[in-house]
Amino acid sequence: MSLIELQHVGYQVDDTPILQEINLTIDAQEWVTLSGPSGGGKSTLVRLIASLLSPTSGTLLFDGQSVENYDPIAYRRRVSYSFQQPTLFGQTVRDNLSFPYQIRQLPFDEERAVRGLAYVGLSASDLDKGVNDLSGGQRQRVALLRNVMIYPEVLILDEVTAGLDAENKAFVWSLVEHFNQDDNLTIIAITHDQAEIDAAKRLVTIENGRIVGGA
Amino acid sequence: MNLAVNNQSLMLALGLVVIALAIGWKEKLGIDRDMIIGVVRAVIQLFVVGYLLKYVFRLNNIWLTAILILIIIFNAGYNAKQRSNGIPNALPISIGAILISTGVTLGVLMLAGAIKFIPSQMIPISGMIASNSMVAIGLCYRNLNAQFRQERQAVLEKLALGADLKDASREILRDSIKTGMQPTIDSAKTVGIVSLPGMMSGLIFAGVDPVRAIKYQIMVTFMLMSATSIGSVLACYWAYRGFYNDRKQLTV
Repeated sequence: MSLIELQHVGYQVDDTPILQEINLTIDAQEWVTLSGPSGGGKSTLVRLIASLLSPTSGTLLFDGQSVENYDPIAYRRRVSYSFQQPTLFGQTVRDNLSFPYQIRQLPFDEERAVRGLAYVGLSASDLDKGVNDLSGGQRQRVALLRNVMIYPEVLILDEVTAGLDAENKAFVWSLVEHFNQDDNLTIIAITHDQAEIDAAKRLVTIENGRIVGGA
Repeated sequence: MNLAVNNQSLMLALGLVVIALAIGWKEKLGIDRDMIIGVVRAVIQLFVVGYLLKYVFRLNNIWLTAILILIIIFNAGYNAKQRSNGIPNALPISIGAILISTGVTLGVLMLAGAIKFIPSQMIPISGMIASNSMVAIGLCYRNLNAQFRQERQAVLEKLALGADLKDASREILRDSIKTGMQPTIDSAKTVGIVSLPGMMSGLIFAGVDPVRAIKYQIMVTFMLMSATSIGSVLACYWAYRGFYNDRKQLTV
């Protein structure tokens, strides 16, 4: 059974259709790359999958059950969405990495945070670094780390490497590779980067609100 | 009492309005009509309320006093709602927040023996409390609307990480409650230095010893702190859920 299944999913705002007749199945531990022209509906599609929006038609299933049947908060802890140009919360890196614990009323696992920081090329001392003192690449790494401090089952990446230099891009992708290969996370990644599209394990192309290839 | 305002002196004081009108006309502010309407309304409303209060004070009836307080609270709630700019259920939220903030504050003042349940004390004090609570709630609404739009992405990111609505809105709530209370805190800081507020000025005007008058002003400062904080907290906590739907998705 597939982990995520979209059956005839549509989404419209007032009378304007944004997505139409989306049929897509994604298996657990799969890595799906979404591409297509800007404004084609990719971000809307992943926001539906992340339950930040609800489809206006069709059915979205997760683990065999309609997403509407899950408690949205509990669901989003399983299906985590990382934004393009993320906002960092509070003052310091610590504020961000402790947020997933805070919302679950769990004690902050500082050891794991330090290990995570080391893994993304930052050090323990960066934990108390001000978020405004981070470079673009560092911000993106901290944001990504925030999504995986407590592992979700699905990690959705919305153009997380846009605007990063080649070195930072490679770094982020090696990290995602690790999540997918070693920790069995299902990955859904939106990208415009040709190299990332060429390297895709499974490519789904979305144009004008419809899937035009790869479903 | 040595108050010297009579009808004749009021007519002469009307000259002050003419100055304002002249400025408005010369600077082409386009507010002369509004100003005239404002002045006429103020005069009529105050005369009506003056005679009404005279009657109510003389009657000294508990039920009539309570009804008047409820009318004040409803009007304050209705006015606060006008600032909500589409926040769902703003009318019941505003009335509820003003009712509780006014009720608690009046209750404490009565228990402390600072005021008695007689119309000449309850009605003016209720009006002061409800109007301050109303302004605070209006500011809260404006800030909630502005912040939910401005901080939209941060809220979405918190939701996407699995935060519940309260965690996703916490910063905005905190900021909005602060915004609601800020004018009261600011005026508490400057009371006596910058302004001699209405209650105290009125008493001094009426010939009361300034040292007694300031005691009333201290009471007013305390009661406005309580009213605006209770009003702001309740209105913000009841209103913020209106920015989400039942699937806990942000709707702005």
